[in-house]
Amino acid sequence: MMDAIARLGKNTLDFLASFGRASQFLLGVLVGVPKPSVGLPLLLKQIYSVGVLSLVIVVVSGLFIGMVLGLQGYTILSDFGSESAIGQMIALTLVRELGPVVTALLFAGRAGSALTAEIGLMKATEQLSSMEMMGVDPLRRVIAPRLWAGFLSMPILAVVFSMVGILGGMLVGVEWLGVFEGSFWGNMQASVDFRDDVLNGVIKSVVFGFVCAWIAVYQGYDCVPTSAGISSATTKTVVYSSLAVLGLDFILTAVMFGNF
Amino acid sequence: MAEAAYIFLENVVFSRSGRRVFDGLSLQIPRGKITAIMGPSGTGKTTLLRLIGGQLKPESGSVLVDGHDIPKLRRGALFQLRKKMGMLFQSGALFTDVSVYENVAFPLRVHTKLPEDMIRDIVLMKLEAVGLRGARDLMPAELSGGMTRRVALARSIVLDPELIMYDEPFAGQDPIAMGVVVKLIRQLNIAMGLTSVLVSHDVPESLNICHYACILSDGKVIGAGTPEQLREHSSDKVQQFLQGKPDGPVPFHYPAPERAVDFGLGAKQ
Repeated sequence: MMDAIARLGKNTLDFLASFGRASQFLLGVLVGVPKPSVGLPLLLKQIYSVGVLSLVIVVVSGLFIGMVLGLQGYTILSDFGSESAIGQMIALTLVRELGPVVTALLFAGRAGSALTAEIGLMKATEQLSSMEMMGVDPLRRVIAPRLWAGFLSMPILAVVFSMVGILGGMLVGVEWLGVFEGSFWGNMQASVDFRDDVLNGVIKSVVFGFVCAWIAVYQGYDCVPTSAGISSATTKTVVYSSLAVLGLDFILTAVMFGNF
Repeated sequence: MAEAAYIFLENVVFSRSGRRVFDGLSLQIPRGKITAIMGPSGTGKTTLLRLIGGQLKPESGSVLVDGHDIPKLRRGALFQLRKKMGMLFQSGALFTDVSVYENVAFPLRVHTKLPEDMIRDIVLMKLEAVGLRGARDLMPAELSGGMTRRVALARSIVLDPELIMYDEPFAGQDPIAMGVVVKLIRQLNIAMGLTSVLVSHDVPESLNICHYACILSDGKVIGAGTPEQLREHSSDKVQQFLQGKPDGPVPFHYPAPERAVDFGLGAKQ
């Protein structure tokens, strides 16, 4: 019993120490933004690697999820004779929830794990140390562009995901199952509010992007510089990011749409 | 040691993973000379370089480099000071995603505003010095271990630093490349007055090239002086290390339980 309490205490202290280190690390990265002439090319390179290269998985996933929503939505709504509301259902589901959440989960799996592995390997091969010894701060040169690239790419990827998802839903609902196109788009236009739905969805994806990128770069920077350490850090990135996204989604949904 | 010290360590205490690496280490490294740091494996020679470079902080004691108290420097000031330092890492630590040329050009691009043609000339001169001008377009993955370290050496001297720290520069070099590296270290010291700190296991080569040497063991300096003074040193530990004898006060084996216990010999009797 005493051992269990001691273990719990140790785990809590370890977690708090790790969270403190991560916060200190984040502060260092945010304060140490490089000059635009130096930072912009580095940022663009990372946006390409983190954002543009994630487009394929986001577009394909968005298309299939939109198609599934169209199929399921039609099946359920047609029982009540309201299949014309399928456009509204698909748009609200994607823009409010699935767009930001699924994009963040895909982002953590594809870009987050790659960021952690890349930074971890740079640490293991002493590339970060050699940079430090050359008078170059790796927080500015390596970490900051990757963090900002993740932060900026996520909302754009989420918007792309939702757009492609709506198109996928239209393909199934309108082109395949024969829902009237006018009511598909008309209901969607009438029920989706820019501020309440679209903007709140974008805010969610901004928060998720920040958290996923922070977890990914921190896990890479703080990993044990061995092959097992990098592997463990990459796993942690995906697990922690997924849990953080799902937990934060509940909190943000409660605040944005809870009507308390 | 009559010369003014460029690096000054006083009563440095440092532990890692609960093990005391340095226990009151005091050491002076003279300006403009080559100083070799030697000692058995695991005595903290690389750790010493990292303490001098400010990548590690001691628990107590002072580390002065050119009058700057390294552990007390703010992050920005430390990075400024490091522009005057070069370090050759044991692994080379080249950036794996860019070519040999870009690796050597990196410090110039970051710290200077030199035009591209001048950067090109400097990079090619440094690569020529280490015999790898023709390898400029290769990627680090295409280099052998010895070539990697020579590229890293070119990169560490590209800004013409005041202090250069070599971590095992002779490891993995063929005899020709070894001769080139030895000559280069000596020439850099003579031509530019560099303060050089050399960590190596290669006793004959190190003593041949250095002005001063010190031998570390058990977290302390057990012998220091000119190569001649060290060869005449009275300490058994120093002589055992210099002559590479397996038996002596420095144990070859890492601390372990009795053999009979580990191999279960007692139970069989």
